[in-house]
Amino acid sequence: MSLSTQPLTDHPTPDSVVAWQPDGPVSRDRFLADVSHLAGLLPAGGHILNICQNRYHFLVGLGAAIVSGRVSLLPSTLTPEAITRLRSETPDLFCLHDGHPDAIALPGLAFPPPLPLTGRNLPVPEIPVDQVVAHVYTSGSTGIPLTHHKTWGALVTNALSEAERLGARGHALVGTVPPQHMYGFESTVLISLHGGAAAWSGRPFYPADITVALAAVPPPRALVTTPFHLRTLLDAGVEVPPMDFILSATAPLSEELAARAESTLGAPLHEIYGCTETGQLASRRSTATRAWHLLGEVRLSPAGDGHVASGGHVEGIVPINDVVELTDERHFLLHGRNADLVNIAGKRTSLAWLNQQLAGLPGVRDGVFFMPDEEPDDHVTRLCACVVAPDHTARSLLNALRTRIDPVFLPRPLIFTDTLPRNAASKLPRASLLALLPRKDKAGE
Amino acid sequence: MTTTPPDTTPDTTPSLAEVAEIIVSALNLEMSPAEIEPDASLFGEGLGLDSIDILEIALVISKRYGIQLRADSEDNTSIFSSLRSLTNYIASQKAA
Repeated sequence: MSLSTQPLTDHPTPDSVVAWQPDGPVSRDRFLADVSHLAGLLPAGGHILNICQNRYHFLVGLGAAIVSGRVSLLPSTLTPEAITRLRSETPDLFCLHDGHPDAIALPGLAFPPPLPLTGRNLPVPEIPVDQVVAHVYTSGSTGIPLTHHKTWGALVTNALSEAERLGARGHALVGTVPPQHMYGFESTVLISLHGGAAAWSGRPFYPADITVALAAVPPPRALVTTPFHLRTLLDAGVEVPPMDFILSATAPLSEELAARAESTLGAPLHEIYGCTETGQLASRRSTATRAWHLLGEVRLSPAGDGHVASGGHVEGIVPINDVVELTDERHFLLHGRNADLVNIAGKRTSLAWLNQQLAGLPGVRDGVFFMPDEEPDDHVTRLCACVVAPDHTARSLLNALRTRIDPVFLPRPLIFTDTLPRNAASKLPRASLLALLPRKDKAGE
Repeated sequence: MTTTPPDTTPDTTPSLAEVAEIIVSALNLEMSPAEIEPDASLFGEGLGLDSIDILEIALVISKRYGIQLRADSEDNTSIFSSLRSLTNYIASQKAA
């Protein structure tokens, strides 16, 4: 049996640009030297939590982990409870950071200052395609946390399929999403290793920061963002440098925002659809069609009540958590999510898991999370919760929840009641829960 | 004791109360602006805001005061560490 490998990067020459920093391009040689230097400094543990904020530092940390046979963990949240769980799963875990250790209770290594570049034409390491290079996590539809292993071969195929679909080769990518989140990991980090793109090292936040970052890289360039960031960028009314495409994911974009983005920014907008278990599955040009076009060799097939993904970079046969309708072999429509799953700002969990966390808090007698109706206009919709917890204040309860769940899932509002509105079957009808919400003053907004 | 009005033009320097009002209305918070303590953290165990909230507030501030917020370091959100820091930031940008 032949042992198949893929290089750490497919950038073709020693001078190919892998990333952009404020002081200019990062060549493949520079990147490989930084990877090799960092790999020599990593502590003994085989698992690494790479929380570097700087996207280039993250990229080098990932590369150093891969060439030294280590696994990078990509949890969706860094709450104290999440760190405890990671440590129990992988006791040799350490944290790579670049000055923001964020009170992570793990042995830490600070990203090192760069060494002068001496070598030329550095060899590109070859990596076995079956090497597990990353662990990603989901809460599972039943609320039981699951760990998914990502092999190098699957990630390379994923990145190449995306790059080919978008025509991303040779583009500088400015990302507003973190490199640790699956979407940012695929669409800014992996695509800079395989797919010929080059990520901007920063993660611009305010609209004015995004314009500065775009201006700092040469065309062709693209913006990798979310519906929420895109809307705030457009609403800010700032002058945005021209770009060659816009990529959005984490939540479906409204048709209105897609059209406004294309006309204001003068570039085609593509949306990507995927999930943590499968990676990216499909894309669409949102102003032209509502149908999603499957990437590469990925397939969707009906199974039971829903659909499963397989083929291409998808490892095994993976159930899809969304309600989809196949329109032909390569296209499908998305009709909404499984009612138990929530996705806020690209972070996904299940109501079952959130309810377990709430019920597990001392002093909580009963409690339930629920999702109100979606906010219009690409605003982020927040969860609500109703609790019976007479000895708690809102603050004490939120502080207790904060150690267990990601802040983006904290309930707003948090409603205290004497009893939950359970019906005769002890169920909580959605209408009864919605009736507990304070009425909005600004109807129709 | 009487309070002395701040020694700046009312047009350019927002008051703490005015910025507190922006935060409460931009986010539909169920509290009165006066309940936001000027020096308490707006994040985490303070008011509990996150980066989504901050971008929403930043948008309203940019419209109201004609300034664009910029992160001056890799810590995107330091401007929002407290109501007072945010108010001071707006004043400094208006003056610039």
